[in-house]
Amino acid sequence: MSTYKPLGGKIWTKPFIFMSTIAFIALYLLGKRFIFGLGEVTNLSHGYPWGMWIVYDVLVGTAIGCGGYAMALLVYVLNKGQFHPLVRPAIMTSMFGYTLAGVSIFVDVGRYWQLYNVFLPWYANLNSIMFEVAFCVATYVLVLWIEFTPVFLEKWKPILIPKLNKIIFIFVAIGVLLPTMHQSSLGTLMVIAGDKVSNLWQTGWLPVTFLLSSILIGFGMVIFESFYSSLAFKRPLETKLLAQLAKFVAWVLAAYTLFRYGDLIWRGALGNAFAGDLNGWMFILESLLFIVPLVLLFMESQRTNAKILLYSAVMLVLGGALLRFNTFLIGFNPGDGWHYFPSISEILITLGIISIEIMAYLVFVKKLPVLPDVENA
Amino acid sequence: MNLERRDFLKILSTGAATATGLSTLQARTVKSLPPNAKGILYDATLCIGCRSCEVACKRINNMPPDVASPLEKEHEVCCIWDTGDLSETTLNKIQAYRNGTGETKDQIVDGYGFIKRACMHCIDPDCVSACPVSALQKQPDSGIVTYNKDACIGCRYCQIACPYNIPKFEFDKAFPEIIKCQMCSHLQAEGGIPGCCEFCPTGASVFGDVTELIKEAKNRLSLSENSTYSYPVETMNGQKQLKKVKKYINYIYGENESGGTQYLILSAIPFEKLGLPTLPKSSAAVKSETIQHTAYKGMIAPIVLLGGLLFAAHRSVKDHHEEGGQQ
Repeated sequence: MSTYKPLGGKIWTKPFIFMSTIAFIALYLLGKRFIFGLGEVTNLSHGYPWGMWIVYDVLVGTAIGCGGYAMALLVYVLNKGQFHPLVRPAIMTSMFGYTLAGVSIFVDVGRYWQLYNVFLPWYANLNSIMFEVAFCVATYVLVLWIEFTPVFLEKWKPILIPKLNKIIFIFVAIGVLLPTMHQSSLGTLMVIAGDKVSNLWQTGWLPVTFLLSSILIGFGMVIFESFYSSLAFKRPLETKLLAQLAKFVAWVLAAYTLFRYGDLIWRGALGNAFAGDLNGWMFILESLLFIVPLVLLFMESQRTNAKILLYSAVMLVLGGALLRFNTFLIGFNPGDGWHYFPSISEILITLGIISIEIMAYLVFVKKLPVLPDVENA
Repeated sequence: MNLERRDFLKILSTGAATATGLSTLQARTVKSLPPNAKGILYDATLCIGCRSCEVACKRINNMPPDVASPLEKEHEVCCIWDTGDLSETTLNKIQAYRNGTGETKDQIVDGYGFIKRACMHCIDPDCVSACPVSALQKQPDSGIVTYNKDACIGCRYCQIACPYNIPKFEFDKAFPEIIKCQMCSHLQAEGGIPGCCEFCPTGASVFGDVTELIKEAKNRLSLSENSTYSYPVETMNGQKQLKKVKKYINYIYGENESGGTQYLILSAIPFEKLGLPTLPKSSAAVKSETIQHTAYKGMIAPIVLLGGLLFAAHRSVKDHHEEGGQQ
C-alpha cells in the first residue's frame, strides 16, 4: 500500500502567473455581472436561459469531478485495493470540481442572496428535479471536503487520523450515494423540456445515460491526471495500474453504449443522426468519442499502450462533455428564432474558473500529501 | 403510503418527522382542473388588434413601454406600438398573422389575423413542477399560476420547462425577478377581472369560470358560418354584442394542450400559423415526476443502496488498513 507526500517546488511559475492573470480578469467581469445583471456579461436570453456556465461549469464541471466517485466505487465498493494510490488525487479533483460548480451556480442564479431557500423546508418543492440536484450537490461538496480531511490532518493534526479512520467509511458510502443520485438527476433535468430537446437526446433514459457517462468521465479524468502528473512532475508512469483500471472502464462503457443506442433504436430516433444538420453531426461526433475508446479499451494490446490509453481517456471526457452540451444547448431549440453562443465575457469567466481550479490543484499537490510517494510506491 | 425521497430529505433537513401530507403523496397522475378555476377565452375572430388589452395590462401591472417616442409618451399612448414578443416588461402581446396582400381578416391566403399571447395558466404547469423553491405555484382554488419573488432563486428552470416560453427573466437588473402574467390576481382578489378582458372592446377576451368558457367555446364551434350570435363582452354574463360568426377551426386550443390550460383560444386561422406550439395531451411534468418518483419511491432504493454502500465501504476500509496502508 501507498503513502503520500507533498511534491514541494516553486508555486509562482510562469504558467501560474498566466493563470492568475486570467483569474483576475474573470473577477473583474464577475464584478460587472453583480452590479449590472447577467445580461451585461452573458448572451443569455429568454429562449436560452441556460448557457455555458450551467453546461460547462456545472454539468461538465461536476462530471469531471466524478473521479472521486468513480474511484470510490471501484476501491471501496468493489474492494479493488490495488487502485488505492489513485484515490486521493481523484478525491481532490472532485473536491475542486464540485466546489467550483457550486461557486458557478452562485454566479449564474439571478437571486443568489436567496439561494439558501433551497434548504428551507417550507419552500422545498419535492417534485422539482432541480431541488434534488441542488440539495444533493451542496451536501456532496461538504462530504468531499470531509473525505479529504485526512490530507489536512496528516499535515497539521496527525493525532486525529485514527479517530477519523474509524468513521470515514460513513462518508465514503454517502460520497458514493449522493453522486449516484444527482448525476442521474442532472440528466432528468431536461426531461421536462419536452420537445424543445431534439429526440437524439430527449429520452426517459437521460438519468441512466448521464449517470453512466459521469462515471466514464470520472475514470477518464483519473487516467488523464495520472499521466499529467507523471509528465509534469517527472514521476514514473502508472501505465500498468491504469491498464487494469481501463478494463473496468471498458465494461462500464459497454453498458453505456447498450443503453444509449438501444434506446435510440427503440425510439426510432437514430435516423436523425444522418439528417446532415448541426444536431446530426454533433451526435455523430459524440458517438465516435464513445465508440472508438470502446473498441480500443476492449483490446488488451491497445489498453496497455500508454499513448492509446491516454487518448481513450481524453476521448471519454470529451464525449461525456459533448453529450452534456448536446442535451442542454446544441440539441435544445426553444423555437421562435432564438440563438445562443457564449459571449467573450462568459468564456473568460469560465476560463478564470478553470484557471483557479488548476492553480488550486498545483498548490495542493506541492504543499499537501496528495500524490503517492514514488520511492515507497 | 409513499414516503418520497425528497420528502425524506425534507424531514432530515428539519428534523421534523411530522412533515404534513405524507399519506397523500402518490405516484404522479395527470392533474385536473381546480374547483373554481378562472380563465380567459380569447376568440381571435373577434380581435381587431387594437391592443387596448396591452395598454391596460401595462398600466395595471406598472410595466414601462418597450419602445416609445417622446410624443407617444406625452399622450400616454406609447405602449400601443410595442412590437415583438412577450418580455420582462410585457405580460400580454397581440401578434399579427399576415399573408400575401393581407386584405381579408381571418383568411389564410391574402389575409390577416391576430393572436394574443400570455401565460396559459396550465392545469398541470411544467413551471410549477420545475421550480425548486415553490416560487411558482398553482393556486388550489382559482388555478392561477402565481409567482413569489421572496422564494425565487433565479435559476430560470421555469423558462426551460415552459412549453410556451412564457416566464421572462430580468437579465438587465442586478436584483432580477421572473416576470409572468398572474391573471391580475390582485384585481380578482377585490372582485375585479383581468385588465385585458375589462378593456377589450369587442369581447375577444372574456373572463369567467373555465368550465363555462369551455361550454361557450364548444357552443361557438357549433354555430354555422355567417349566422348571428350575441357574443358576451368582458365577462361571460356581461353585455352582449351581436356579430356575424366567422368560420372557426374546429378546435379549442388549450383544452388539451400539455394537460389543458385555463387560457383558451378560438381562431379561424390554424393555430400553428399563429405561432402556437403543437403539444402532447400530457404535460412533460408527468414524465419527469414519474421517473423521479419511481426511482425514489418510499426512499427504499436509496436507503437499501446506502446500507449496501456502508457495508462495502466498512469492509474495504478495514481490509486496506489491515494491509498496512493509510486512508
